This record gives sequence, structure tokens and C-alpha cells, in this order.
Amino acid sequence: MTKITAIFGPGMPLRGNDIDTDRIIPARFLRCVTFDGLGEQVFADDRQQAQGQHPFDQPQYQGAKILVVNGNFGCGSSREHAPQAIAKWGIEAIVGESFAEIFFGNCLAMGVPCVTADAATVSQLHTGIEQDPSATVELDLETLQVRIGELTAAVNMGDGPRQMLQSGTWDACGQLVAQAENIKKTATQLPYMSWAG
Amino acid sequence: MSQGTLFDKVWDLHTVGVLPSGQTQLFIGLHLIHEVTSPQAFAMLKERGLKVLYPQRTIATVDHIVPTENQARPFVDVLAEEMMQALEQSCQEHNITFHNIGSGNQGIVHVIAPEQGLTQPGMTIACGDSHTSTHGAFGAIAFGIGTSQVRDVLASQTLALAKLKVRRVEVNGPLKPGVYAKDVILHIIRKLGVKGGVGYAYEFAGTTFEQMNMEERMTVCNMSIEGGARCGYVNPDQVTFDYIQGRDFAPKEAAWEEAVAWWTHLQSDQNAVYDDVVVFDAADIAPTVTWGITPGQGIAVDEAVPPPETMPESERVIASEAYKYMELEPGAPIQGTKVDVCFIGSCTNGRLSDLQEVAHFAQGKHVAKGVKAFVVPGSERVKQQAEAEGLDKVFEEAGFEWREAGCSMCLAMNPDKLQGNQLSASSSNRNFKGRQGSSSGRTLLMSPVMVAAAAVTGEVTDVRSLI
Repeated sequence: MTKITAIFGPGMPLRGNDIDTDRIIPARFLRCVTFDGLGEQVFADDRQQAQGQHPFDQPQYQGAKILVVNGNFGCGSSREHAPQAIAKWGIEAIVGESFAEIFFGNCLAMGVPCVTADAATVSQLHTGIEQDPSATVELDLETLQVRIGELTAAVNMGDGPRQMLQSGTWDACGQLVAQAENIKKTATQLPYMSWAG
Repeated sequence: MSQGTLFDKVWDLHTVGVLPSGQTQLFIGLHLIHEVTSPQAFAMLKERGLKVLYPQRTIATVDHIVPTENQARPFVDVLAEEMMQALEQSCQEHNITFHNIGSGNQGIVHVIAPEQGLTQPGMTIACGDSHTSTHGAFGAIAFGIGTSQVRDVLASQTLALAKLKVRRVEVNGPLKPGVYAKDVILHIIRKLGVKGGVGYAYEFAGTTFEQMNMEERMTVCNMSIEGGARCGYVNPDQVTFDYIQGRDFAPKEAAWEEAVAWWTHLQSDQNAVYDDVVVFDAADIAPTVTWGITPGQGIAVDEAVPPPETMPESERVIASEAYKYMELEPGAPIQGTKVDVCFIGSCTNGRLSDLQEVAHFAQGKHVAKGVKAFVVPGSERVKQQAEAEGLDKVFEEAGFEWREAGCSMCLAMNPDKLQGNQLSASSSNRNFKGRQGSSSGRTLLMSPVMVAAAAVTGEVTDVRSLI
């Protein structure tokens, strides 16, 4: 798997706390058996209501790779369709004040880093991107820093997820499956595994 | 770091090992799947040439897309039909038990697993659905996962996870008349916030929860996720054991005795250490209703929509977004707000005791003119039991529609949807923008009896004035 150590590219500011996964991808678009095509539906209702003024529609943010959000982003439903839609649109990393846990885990399993930054940094990033949408935002997982123009600021990510991204083991499936013997051992020690109903 | 809590004990017992990342590889005792978040996971398995490691530990049903009126196959909605076929095929291919429509066992995944006795104390339970926290009512560690993690559980029966902190959320005292389990959890979320629980498991403790029956405890644990906590639980006790005993998958005979001893031993120790403790008094909890677009935007039914100056600066932006979306004036009383649709059901409040409470209230009353009110049982068994008690007749005579089991208008993936900016009084769990199927539809969350009260008066009503 690809080692993810840094992401470079134009940013996109998306303001607001508590943006839930129903807003990111409304439930009617979950009527599907693949994740293909979800990129076009990302924030469908918010975009329709914003009539072209939503960042995902605004011409200056087309081609953005780093999304900058506020607090509790991705709360609500566990639907992986939400980060899939964001990623399929073209976003490769998200910087925010905080993330809902299931959303964070889904992003990690897809190799999309979600890093946190304090409110002042997020605000500076929003302004920086709005002032120069073509500026490159640089997210460095080695130094845990985000940079745009003159601004360099600290970001945070737990050691575990960061290590998984850096070493290219963010898709844990292979590692988990490899432990077949230990899995069996743990299962055998659980009393309920032998209580046939 | 917590110590000696049920969460710690169950976590340790299910730990397979520590991964190079430092995360725990955690064994999952029960895996529940449904049609929405599993098809891509099965496709990923196929891509990698992997098999389902413990097919007997995964149970499937169909709930989100199920039409609650016309269930004839093929479904009218071709996309829903395609999802249904994908699930049927995957279950057959991988030898997974599937509780299909008409089996007598189908229903919302978080309703059927407890009612069949699949959900048991001390288990780890995962499902591609955030309301998996429901199963914590039994003293299980249960949480929602995404599709890639559904793949991981299918392939390895384990997940890579970081351990959560544990917050003891204590509520003591009897609930006042007209106050239900739903009000307790809405009150907790209102006070602790929608992100207050991020990074935590919530242990619901205290005499209020001890006095609750299992279905009430499920209502509380169900909405842990709305408070940001990925899982919530209640320590198992005699109420738990009495509920489980005799159900289809409950341990039997000698295994039953062994089970009760093991479950008891898993309870949090008297001197357990918590990362945080918060205490509420049940006497402070009133019938609660949300006015905004997050489940934390709740007030007592006799309060007014809070004006911005009464809230912390950090909540004012989302509040102003909520006033506009909900078409509600700050400072205006929530009581008297006209409702268009009343929905009773969901994994929060679609169980038999919910329907019994509603029927008891609705008996002899009638749904107000111009209001559409419908009751969706949480499972085929709930429907059958309700009908055996004649509840369906009570509902129909009172002007409520009586439907087939499913998730229905909680998230409106089936034909049950709000139209335009209709306002719904709902016993479900989320009042997000667009949640109930219309991009301008509005949702007020409340207890099922409060929904029924709104249905009969046509407006948000303090149920205490009608009982």
C-alpha cells in the first residue's frame, strides 16, 4: 500500500460545526451497491440550496485536494459513503477542529488523513485559502505541520493512525487476517463462543 | 485511564494483540449486517480473494430500504431491489443467516438481535450502523463501523481500534410522570453536547437506569452516538438476565448458569476508575423536544426556543442556521408549533413497550385533521406481538396508519418521506437537515408518547397536560 506522508494541493474552506454525514451524502444516494459515482453527489442538498455558492461548486475550488473544516465534522451516521463521496470528488486529506470518531476511522481505512488543528489555525487556513484559492496547502504528517503561504502551523493526529498512514498499513485488513492463530486463541477463551443457543 | 469497568474487562478479554500501529486488534463476538453498508464490503472480500472467517458469527437482515406498505418483490424501487438481491446473494454465497422479509424474524437490526437473544452481556458487537450502541443496554461493548471495517470483520472477525476512555453518566431518582427514557437521553445530550462523548464510551449508571426495563435502556444506549459517544452501556443485572432467558439464542441449562455467573463478574467493580464522571438528577428531566438541526439542540417542552444570547458563543452559528432551517423564532415557545407528520418507530423507539405506551395514550383519542400519523413496528415480531394485543386496532381507530417493520422515515431510504418543508414530530434519533427524506423537511425529536400527543392535537404538546 502507498505510504502517505504528505499531501500537497489547493485547499477548500468549508465552514460550520457539526456537519453530519446525512448532509455529506443524503440517504437517497445510499441506494447503491458500489461507491462509484458518489463524488458527484457529495453535499447534494447543501449545494442545491447554495445555488452554486457552495465551495464544492465554486469554480475557484475545483481541483482542491485538502478540505478544511470546523468542529465535529462527519457526525451522525456511520455511512462510509460520506468519506467515499468526498474522496471520489478529489479530496485527499481533511484538516479540522475535530472529527466524529466513526468518520475518522472510515477515512483512515481509506487512506484519507484527518488531522486536527486549533480553531485559530483553522480560521487562518480558511482565510488563507479564500484569499488565494490557487495557493498550495501542504500537510506534512512527518512534522505534523500544515503550511500555506507564510503560515506554518501545528496539526495533531494520534500516533497509531499516523503510523498506519506513514507505513502504508492504513488498510488493516491484511494485518488482521494474518493473525488467524491468535484470533482463534482469543475466540476459544470466550465462554459464549461455545454456548449454542 | 479507566480501570475495572465493564468496558475494560470486555476490552481485555477480546484483545487478540497489539498491532504495529499501537492499535488493539479486537475480536468481535457478534457481527450484524444489513443491505446498505455491506454490499461493498463483500465486493472488497471478493477482490482480495478472502473468505468470511466465522460465518456463524454474522447475522443479516434487511431494514433501511424496506417499504412499509407494498413489500411485493421485486420492489417498486429498482435500486432497493438491487440492494436486496445483493444481500441475498452474499448471504447465500458465504453461508450467513439472513432474516428476510416474511421470515417472521426480519426487522431493524438493533431490534431483532436483542429480541432473538443474540445480544448478550460481555460481547463485543459491531455493525455498519452507528446505532449499534443500542446493544450496550445489555452490557455489551457495541459500536458502529464503516464498510471497510465490515470487510475487516467478515475477513478476520476482528477490528483495529484504539481504546476509548470511559465516562460514567449517572442519573438518579424516579422519572416524573410523562417523562420517558427518550427524554433522559435527549436531556443528557442537551447537557453534554453532541461532541461531548467523542473519545468516550458512556457507562449509564445510577438508580434511574437500574429501574428501567431493557427496552428503555436500549432507547438510552441507542442515542449515545448522538452525544458523540461511539458506544454506551448499562451494567448487566437481573433485569438483563430475565429479558434474555428463554430467547432463541440464550444459553440453555448448564450454560445458562455459567453465563449468569460470567455476566455478573463482568459488571464494573465498586471501586472502578473512570476517566470522567457526570451526575444528573432525574427530577430535573422534563419531556424534552429538539428545536434545531442537531440532537443537542433540545429544550423542555415548556421552554422557548433559546435565543442566541443565552448560549455560548461557539453554539451561535449552528443555532442561527437552525432558526432559519426550522423556521422557528428564537424566544418563541416550542409548544403550539404546528406539525404535519407524526412518525412512531425506529431503532430508538419502535419496540413493543413503546407501542404499548402510545396505544395506551391514543386509546379513545383521534389524530388531528390534516396530520399524517403512522406507526412502524421495529420488527416482524414486534408487529405480531402488537397485533396479538390488539394495538393495531387501537392505532387505526385513533387514525394512525399501521405499517410493516423497517427503519422507514427515520432516514427515509424507503418510500416514507417528508414532502417540502413539512414538520415532523418523530420518535427517531436524528433531526439533521434533510434527514427524513426532503431537503427542506424539518424534524422535532421527542418521546413516542409526545409524538402521539402532537398527532392528536396537531401541534407540539406537553404530554403532561393530557395524561
